[in-house]
Amino acid sequence: MELVLAIGIGIMTGSGVWLILRPRTYQVIIGLSLLSYAVNLFIFGVGGVKSNAAPLLGEGVDVSTLTDPVPQALVLTAIVIGFATTALFLVVLLAARGLTGTDHVDGREQPK
Amino acid sequence: MILVLLVCLPFVGSLAAVVLLRTDSRVLAARMAGAVTFVALVLTAVLYPSVRDGGKVRLDLEWLPQLGLNVTLRMDGFAWLFAMLVTGIGFLVVLYARYYMSEEDPVPRFFSFLLAFMGSMLGIVLSGNIILLSVFWELTSIFSFLLISYWHNNAAARDGARMALTITGIGGFCLLAGLLVLGHIVGSYDLDVVLASGDLIKAHPLYLTALVLILIGALTKSAQVPFHFWLPNAMAAPTPVSAYLHSATMVKAGVFLLVRFWPALSGTYEWFMLVGIAGISTLILGAYFAMFQQDLKGLLAYSTISHLGLITTLLSLGSPLAAVAAIFHMMNHATFKASLFMAAGIIDHETGTRDMRRLSGLLKYLPITGTLAMVASAAMAGVPLLNGFISKEMFFAEAVETHADSVLDRILPYVATLAGAFSVAYSLRFIHMVFFGPPPTDLPKPKPHEPPHWMRFPIEFLVLACLVVGIIPSLSIGPFLHSAVISVLGDRTPEYSLAIWHGINTPLIMSLIALVGGAALYVVMKDYLAKCDNGPPLFRHLGGQRIFERVLVTVSWKWARWLESNLGTRHLQPQLRLVAAAGFLAGAVSLYLAGFSPKPLAFKDVDPIFAAVWAIGAFCALGAAYQAKYHRLAALVLLGGAGITTCITFVWLSAPDLAITQLVVEIVTTVLLLLGLRWLPKRSEKVDNSVSFSARSRRFRDFLLAISCGFGMFLFSYAIMTQPVPDAIASYFLDKAYSEGGGRNVVNVILVDFRGFDTMGEIAVLAIVALTVFALLRRFRPAPDSIEKPEQQRIQNAFDAERPERSAGDTVRDYLLVPSVIMQWMFPVIATFAVYLFLRGHDLPGGGFAAGITMAIAFLLQYLAGGVRWAEDRLRILPLRWMGFGLIMAAATGMGAWLLGYPFLTTHSQYIEVPFIGKVPAASALLFDLGVFSLVVGATVLILIALAHQSVRMHRVRGLDAPKAEEN
Repeated sequence: MELVLAIGIGIMTGSGVWLILRPRTYQVIIGLSLLSYAVNLFIFGVGGVKSNAAPLLGEGVDVSTLTDPVPQALVLTAIVIGFATTALFLVVLLAARGLTGTDHVDGREQPK
Repeated sequence: MILVLLVCLPFVGSLAAVVLLRTDSRVLAARMAGAVTFVALVLTAVLYPSVRDGGKVRLDLEWLPQLGLNVTLRMDGFAWLFAMLVTGIGFLVVLYARYYMSEEDPVPRFFSFLLAFMGSMLGIVLSGNIILLSVFWELTSIFSFLLISYWHNNAAARDGARMALTITGIGGFCLLAGLLVLGHIVGSYDLDVVLASGDLIKAHPLYLTALVLILIGALTKSAQVPFHFWLPNAMAAPTPVSAYLHSATMVKAGVFLLVRFWPALSGTYEWFMLVGIAGISTLILGAYFAMFQQDLKGLLAYSTISHLGLITTLLSLGSPLAAVAAIFHMMNHATFKASLFMAAGIIDHETGTRDMRRLSGLLKYLPITGTLAMVASAAMAGVPLLNGFISKEMFFAEAVETHADSVLDRILPYVATLAGAFSVAYSLRFIHMVFFGPPPTDLPKPKPHEPPHWMRFPIEFLVLACLVVGIIPSLSIGPFLHSAVISVLGDRTPEYSLAIWHGINTPLIMSLIALVGGAALYVVMKDYLAKCDNGPPLFRHLGGQRIFERVLVTVSWKWARWLESNLGTRHLQPQLRLVAAAGFLAGAVSLYLAGFSPKPLAFKDVDPIFAAVWAIGAFCALGAAYQAKYHRLAALVLLGGAGITTCITFVWLSAPDLAITQLVVEIVTTVLLLLGLRWLPKRSEKVDNSVSFSARSRRFRDFLLAISCGFGMFLFSYAIMTQPVPDAIASYFLDKAYSEGGGRNVVNVILVDFRGFDTMGEIAVLAIVALTVFALLRRFRPAPDSIEKPEQQRIQNAFDAERPERSAGDTVRDYLLVPSVIMQWMFPVIATFAVYLFLRGHDLPGGGFAAGITMAIAFLLQYLAGGVRWAEDRLRILPLRWMGFGLIMAAATGMGAWLLGYPFLTTHSQYIEVPFIGKVPAASALLFDLGVFSLVVGATVLILIALAHQSVRMHRVRGLDAPKAEEN
């Protein structure tokens, strides 16, 4: 379980890092989204990896068997804020393209 | 209590003057300022009985007692005398400025700054805590900057203000550091404690550090060599400012500080050498430079520097008698110098120039002002029967005494006499060149005349004070001076006499030599001085000012440019590369240093289905990375795949809340990016596939970096996840969620209850982002090649046009007709689902965030189904109202706790019996969550609709470009 998740995080991180180093704004935005998945999963994973132990309190549930709710609370807001920053970045890149006429991250094409 | 009032009143007056800024009248602001200063003066005066004979008034307000920082105000005899000086001269300056300032200037602003400065100065004087003192010290620098640059259209005023701020600001910084060291030595920041531990301080190894830092602060403020050059440049300020700040009060703050800390710091060899060298060189150089100034105010400025040097020299000697003389001379100098500045202001005001080469014979036109200026100049020169004479005699007497036997001490009598002669020469020059001689010929204002009586009154008053103190010193200033001296020197107060006549002794002979020598010097140099350039010979081109500017240009321009061009880049990619590499190295190095070794990989408990899901996820992530350049839609779909994998992982690993949120956010993100795709340029693999060698190597480097980061994250997260989870704060939340938060869904309880304040911050961020997006899109101009309708629409319209039975736009309208009807019907279903998610959130997976986005999706589907126009004809969403309601709701719920006497955002929970439904949990956190819900709906909808609207808006880029094209 841990192994699969760790490999997945690694692959998403690698893909994300590769993309944010690319010159086109769209590549960077996809890269940031992939990176945020990886980071969210990583933070979530810090709380321990358990199945069928959602932090919901019921009658007769042993509290100590439940998974750690703190990373989950952190990640939950991170997901929503991640959407907001993606939106902001998208609009900035659209506006930048409108102003500069290019979708290069520097606002102008690199001299060949 | 009076002390607080005394410090606060000027600041209150300053704010009130800002309100008056709208009125045109200079009189109203001046009257208000006059009233404030007069009240401050009276308040100070009535405190005298309590500070007489070593008494003290003290007030302690706790501020940060843990750090030893308190608002302590204290007034002793010395502080009282200084406060009288600040408020008294302040009042006279306000009166003078009432007539000096012209109608065109924004007069209320002037008085506002002036009052604020007065408050800061009183703060320095009355601070009983050395950190508080430093705060007020900085404030005086800032208000001095604002006052010097009052005529901000004038370049000289701006430069002078900047220079003054830079020098005194650096000094203030050093002072703060020095005071912190001092506080560290003593163990307290309380002034009384510091003053009482002089022996401890002087014996401490850090004494020299503290001394040097404090001295830099004091010497910069008091314009001592080598920091003196800012003061002449500050003369670009209006004359009342020069009279008040740059002769009477602010520049005295430095010597005030030296006197204040005199009991604690003085008397050592280091003190004598450092303070002495600065004081003596300032004394002589200031007087020498003053002789060669052609600007009236320049002459007075250098004379001020020289007199401040005299005070510093006296303080360096470390003898109690010298300290008495220093305090006395501070008062005397303030009286005659302020009156001279005001006289110079009147001359400038009446004639239009301050250049002594153009002024002459003004006594005929300005008989009263001229006479007053002559008396004040005589006081400056140290002529008997005036106050300047007495303190100068005391200085000469101290100069002759041997204090610390050294070269410095032995040359002091000669230097003092020479400086005295110089000051006689420049005083004489001031009077002779301005008031005597032939009538002036080329004045900018030809017919000068006496100013209004009340403008002259401050000078009359101060000159009268010079005379009274000069003739009957022990009856006039005597008792007040005595209180001041006792408060500084305590039981070391020496026997001293303020008499005018001490018999024929060495100081008197030195005075005579100075008077005669100075007069002779002026007679010899008169003709040269009448024509020479501004500034003394030899030094004319070697000013501290030039060095200062050189240094400033070198540091802030040349070095900064060099650093930027050699170390900086304006390209994003290298920056991100650095960030990624630094992140990788920071992780790798610290893990290596901590002795990290990778764990053996455990394959045995791998669930095959989970592995299969992640195989798809990994494929999607890699595919998105591969396709993002040329196949954006494909990359977006693959990104969605990676998102769904994440979502499934959350479900699998016991995080249902995250899964729900991830799922709905995934939907809106996809829609968002889809909306953006339309405005991006076409990019085709066939067209720009020329790959150079350097591009290839760059890619290879990035590829390696990406692989390293990915592999590092893999090892790191595997290591963390296979560690046993330590017993941290999780159990606390799990235990208390139900008993104190009243909810069974612990994640939701954390969000809306335990960490409610964080959540509030987060929704505020969301609101800010949404508004920013909205604002950016209001001025959105797409690139020219994206303005036309998209290719698909054009094909469809062409198809319509070809057929007679169809009209243009039909295909677009009919596109996906059946699904769109279903989507329209889905609205109530999804909205109900959102409410359901919201209501169950406290006990079961759901909550405000997920429900809010779901609700936003319900709205969004209507846009998708019918198009923007169709949706808006039928639905008015008003996202800004949703957002506003959400923020107010969340904040009001938090504040509701105040009413019941609990801290912000304390929640209350109980169950209510609702008919047919049963027990319903009703925590106040539900209301907070309602705020979150509403805000999330508003923000999401605002972002998406603003973006969707761009396709409908008429873009005027082409319209604007068309006339340009015609011109070409």
